[in-house]
Amino acid sequence: MPSNVSYGQKASWGLTLAAWGGLLFLHVPILIIFLYTLTPDETTYTFPLPGITFKWFGVALQRADLWRALTLSLQVAAVATIVALVLGTLAAAAVYRSQFFGREAVSFLLVLPIALPGIVTGIALRTTIGSLEIPFSYWTIVVGHATFCVVVVYNNVLARFRRMQGSQIEASMDLGANSFQTFRYVIFPNIATALLAGGMLAFALSFDEVIVTTFTAGQQTTLPIWIFSQLTRPRDRPVTNVVAMFVMLITFLPIFFAQKITAQSADTEGGSK
Amino acid sequence: MTSQTQPAIRFENVSKYFGNVRAVEQANLEIRDGEFFSLLGPSGSGKTTCLRMIAGFETPSSGHIYLYGQDVSNLPPYERDVNTVFQDYALFPHMSVGDNIAYGLMVKGVPKPERIKRVDEMLELVQLAGYADRKPSQLSGGQRQRVALARALINHPKVLLLDEPLGALDLKLRQQMQVELKAIQKRVGITFIFVTHDQEEALTMSDRIAVFNEGKIVQVGTPAEIYEHPATAFVAGFVGTSNLVDGEIAKRITGRETRFSIRPEKIHMGPADTKIEADSYSADGVVRDVVYLGLYTRYLVELSGGGDLVVVEQNLKTTSMDVLKVKGQPVRLHWKKEHIREVGGS
Ligand SMILES: Nc1ncnc2c1ncn2[C@@H]1O[C@H](COP(=O)(O)OP(=O)(O)OP(=O)(O)O)[C@@H](O)[C@H]1O
Ligand SMILES: [Mg+2]
Repeated sequence: MPSNVSYGQKASWGLTLAAWGGLLFLHVPILIIFLYTLTPDETTYTFPLPGITFKWFGVALQRADLWRALTLSLQVAAVATIVALVLGTLAAAAVYRSQFFGREAVSFLLVLPIALPGIVTGIALRTTIGSLEIPFSYWTIVVGHATFCVVVVYNNVLARFRRMQGSQIEASMDLGANSFQTFRYVIFPNIATALLAGGMLAFALSFDEVIVTTFTAGQQTTLPIWIFSQLTRPRDRPVTNVVAMFVMLITFLPIFFAQKITAQSADTEGGSK
Repeated sequence: MTSQTQPAIRFENVSKYFGNVRAVEQANLEIRDGEFFSLLGPSGSGKTTCLRMIAGFETPSSGHIYLYGQDVSNLPPYERDVNTVFQDYALFPHMSVGDNIAYGLMVKGVPKPERIKRVDEMLELVQLAGYADRKPSQLSGGQRQRVALARALINHPKVLLLDEPLGALDLKLRQQMQVELKAIQKRVGITFIFVTHDQEEALTMSDRIAVFNEGKIVQVGTPAEIYEHPATAFVAGFVGTSNLVDGEIAKRITGRETRFSIRPEKIHMGPADTKIEADSYSADGVVRDVVYLGLYTRYLVELSGGGDLVVVEQNLKTTSMDVLKVKGQPVRLHWKKEHIREVGGS
């Protein structure tokens, strides 16, 4: 049926164009940031660039406030991710394995923080922290981030549990493995890639979070907040661009790998069906 | 050896409730050492529940289960000398075939050289030599089935449980695996407990069969006993096909109202004026329906006094054209008196 074929080709041309258009729209601004990390002119975005310089990378390296913010952000992201991995996996296991009263409600409440606007989560946490008179610290930020990081891990691990044959666990026990061995040799290998993907996503989410952080950080400055505050200092613009570029790389890589991992394991599982 | 004289499995008044559902009720059962024993029954009759209680995935609500004399009712699965072949095989997808089979040895801490040796023996037994490095996803359904069997047998369990292991296979492969399973059981000499809802499969493979209905064991016996002497109307109907006759119609044929069953293949069909011997019963009727099934033909005969009987005849000389001509003809059915079975309630 030749007419069908040509119709299909036309449609895919249109789609290709639309896809490229969308991609350009999303990514040109990012490329502009990359470009202006190299400008010698500190305050204005002139095009073409008046010249090319790498001095802003050096300037950025010298800024102690920037380093402090970066360290804080990395620490918070790391701890929030670990908390999310442990709590998210336990919650997913509980919801998957057992039938308890209110299971659906628990599942819904767990996922809620990611659907809720950050500003609501932020205010809620701020009020709680305030009324309990807990001093703002690194831990208050971690708790704030954990609310949505747990969801990411929970969702990933639960989806994997649901795809896993339940009888595998029974088979393992039947063959003489105790609970610990069953977890180590059967459950963990089944959910490992889900944990890795969930963990990387959680890390990336935490690393560039602004809204919830502003409510839970007190006087502390995480990297995204540092960048935000730079907006009022036009003379630092190229430094900010350099930092923005690094933030993007740090968050992009985990997300990229997380996607690769889940795509791969979906392939192999599909093959076994 | 006491284990030779003890029954492999003994159920003592075992019941299992799931909330209000009575899955198994007051089951008493003895499975002998080295037997190929089938649990046969329709869907939802409690076969899987019994098997899972033997394996340790469920604990009885009341009663006791003994494994070679030892009360195992409350032992966890990993402390029982019993292994299971799951209906969906439950192979570990992230492990090679060899690692799957070696799993039971690995978790017990058997050293690697010994594991490799025994895995090779098992692969040999299930005719999969050379497949150790494949992943389960690279095997056919029948091959996965064999891996599951090898994995369950490597620990030399006292009893092997199989829950409809052939259910997912097509007919040809199924028949081939039936023969093979039986051969493997003979070789390893382990007691096999086999769950199926396919009566033909149970009849061809088993040394003895327990027939389940609605959570109760209604009859235990050899295939011949169960087929020839069904204890209840349910067994008569479920194992093979049977004609059940009672009330007025029974009285007209045998002179008594007692309900009886008669197998379709025991009934002979002749012209309406056939002479009846003294050792036979007879009934007259008209052929209402004819189903030609290649090897044999199934006739539905409406009796002149009401009710109907199914008759099966082999197509030894007849063709499909011949048998179809019978439709609508008056016939006389007759069968030897010894072939009826008087049966109780359901
Ligand atoms: N975990 C459970 N929770 C509640 N009811 C259950 C559970 N397992 C089994 N049942 C019920 O117990 C009864 C017996 O189930 P069982 O699985 O033993 O049947 P079966 O004979 O194996 O049937 P099938 O041939 O369909 O596999 C059914 O009514 C079933 O619904
Ligand atoms: Mg079942």
